[in-house]
Amino acid sequence: MNGVGLHKRLEANTGLLIFGILFVSAIGGLVQVLPSIFQDSLAAPSAGVKPHSPAELVGRDIYIREGCSTCHSQQVRPLLAEVKRYGPFSRAGESAYDRPFLWGSKRTGPDLHRVGGRYSDEWQRLHLLDPRTVVPNSIMPAYPWLAERPADAGPDIQLRMRALRSLGHPYSDADIEAAPAAIEGLTEMDALVAYLQGLGTAMPAGGGR
Amino acid sequence: MAKEVYHDRVVTALVLCSIVWSVVGMLAGLHVAAELVWPQLDFGREWLSYGRLRTLHTNAVIFGFGVSALMGTAFYSVQRTCHVPLFAPGLAWFCCVGWQLGILAGGLSLLAGWNAGKEYAELEWPFDIAIAVVWVCFAIVFFGTIARRRMPAIYVSNWFYGGLIIVIAMLHIVNSLAVPVTLSKSYSLFAGAQDAIVQWWYGHNAVGFLLTGGFLGMLYYFLPKHADRPIWSYRLSIVAFWAFTYAYIWAGPHHLHYNAIPEWVQSLGMVMSLVLLAPSWATMINGVMTVAGAWEKLKTDPALKFIVLSLAFYGLATFEGPMMSIKSVNVVSHFTDWTIGHVHSGALGWNAMITFGTFYFLVPRLMGAPLHSVRLANIHFWLALAGTMLYVLAMWGAGVSQGLLWLSLDEIGELSFSFKDIMASMAPYYALRLAAGLIFFAGALLLAYNLFMTVKGRRTVAAAPPAAAEA
Repeated sequence: MNGVGLHKRLEANTGLLIFGILFVSAIGGLVQVLPSIFQDSLAAPSAGVKPHSPAELVGRDIYIREGCSTCHSQQVRPLLAEVKRYGPFSRAGESAYDRPFLWGSKRTGPDLHRVGGRYSDEWQRLHLLDPRTVVPNSIMPAYPWLAERPADAGPDIQLRMRALRSLGHPYSDADIEAAPAAIEGLTEMDALVAYLQGLGTAMPAGGGR
Repeated sequence: MAKEVYHDRVVTALVLCSIVWSVVGMLAGLHVAAELVWPQLDFGREWLSYGRLRTLHTNAVIFGFGVSALMGTAFYSVQRTCHVPLFAPGLAWFCCVGWQLGILAGGLSLLAGWNAGKEYAELEWPFDIAIAVVWVCFAIVFFGTIARRRMPAIYVSNWFYGGLIIVIAMLHIVNSLAVPVTLSKSYSLFAGAQDAIVQWWYGHNAVGFLLTGGFLGMLYYFLPKHADRPIWSYRLSIVAFWAFTYAYIWAGPHHLHYNAIPEWVQSLGMVMSLVLLAPSWATMINGVMTVAGAWEKLKTDPALKFIVLSLAFYGLATFEGPMMSIKSVNVVSHFTDWTIGHVHSGALGWNAMITFGTFYFLVPRLMGAPLHSVRLANIHFWLALAGTMLYVLAMWGAGVSQGLLWLSLDEIGELSFSFKDIMASMAPYYALRLAAGLIFFAGALLLAYNLFMTVKGRRTVAAAPPAAAEA
């Protein structure tokens, strides 16, 4: 039977066509994606990388809520110019506790993977309240509402940590017990700044301009 | 026995919803484009903030405008290529209404800050479940209709629509796997590098099987119908379909070049992206050769003009994509506005244009009346072409400069330019992009008005399958 003959059978049988499409389209995923899912070295945290603290976790979820990754990547590529500008290139193990990953696909603003510790907390606050006070030509939005809202306004922090623990993040009972107190009195702004200041700090910070 | 007729009212409803979403989605796109020129335009309001509104823009155009159009045209063409009315028409209405409500509520949830954080899969888990339910119903209606067809063979447009339904279901379900925390918050089942690989397996193939494959289904039905000529090469359409379905899935990792994922995954993704050029262009050639011989129709028929132009942009975008997947090109293009330009040459030039052409063809037929104004449709054509060209040129300019300037080193190996200075130099490109968007949007408004006037005061005409008409 030639190819066209074979196809005459496929296109005359609904079930066969459905199976054919499913089978042919699944091969790529099975060969290319599935092995990575079971490759433990891709999921293992690098030395010094810890699960996010309660404040960082709240801050990270705010980062997701506000869609920060539509304009900021968190992925320093192993290229000379990038390493000079941002610091050491990103390792897989640094994102081991990132659900979802936030590497991004667009740099309207700069990469943030090594931003932790680069500016003071006060600079970060001013910048989030009105970016143009510290970066005159910036086109970043201002986020005034973050300063007005308590950090525990979102989903319960203990629920979040338990959900992450069920996925393998090593939070102890004591960590979860202490979490509400750790974010008490903080604003969303404080939490976001805590997250930003922790970004990429497991690796030594680099220079750049 | 009552006379058997096609269920076309649900098609009309989906087409009209799609038009509404195109206006909403493009309006959101215009606003975020304006915010990149004047960042104060969010007026300090959360829901108008760039990060939220841009997410609404992509979701409204892809899932509102795009999927509504695909669902409507799939329901229309599957009946005609199978010579039977829709299987389970009630379920078809459920798909239509359920999808619209889902996207409406989902869109509002994005503005409220519900965001799963994965690109093109931002809707939170309650919406993911709703999408999956509607999608399964879509599959039942579509394949149920095919199963009881009166034609011996399943026509090629249905393979592509079928591929859309099956592959998107697979991708959506796997990529959306998450542990819910509350109604508005969940954490991805996958983390870090593994999450990245799964996400771009999804993300790239949502482009592949929805924005490319789904719309090729539209092309394979409406282009031959419209040009009144059979598909140029049936054999080529078979080869191209299976090669496309096999090869596309592998291309996702080109979104992660030089990122922290295994080297072999990146390289394989690049090679398969290059392979993909062959089936993509095979389909384009098949389409162009189908129109050849009906060129004189292009002078008078704006709908066919749109479809032929969309083929040209399809060819451009499917050439540009593989080029950008080459690692040494990607070094420059990655993270820049070049990507945005590439996406829009596909989204505006290919997806929107073929949809516009199809709607100009379809709506008068659904209503049994001529198009309200051929002249307005012709004006729309030129606005759409000018808007798309200007958009793509602006983003090429922005993207190539960003890419090269970011990488530029001086003679002693230090960075030549600061990020801030490069960013500040983008202002003219972003203003030009806003102007391009306005031009394209003006055209879309003309379409909305023109088709609204065509539909106004009329009802969808009852069309019968050939076999039933003879009986």
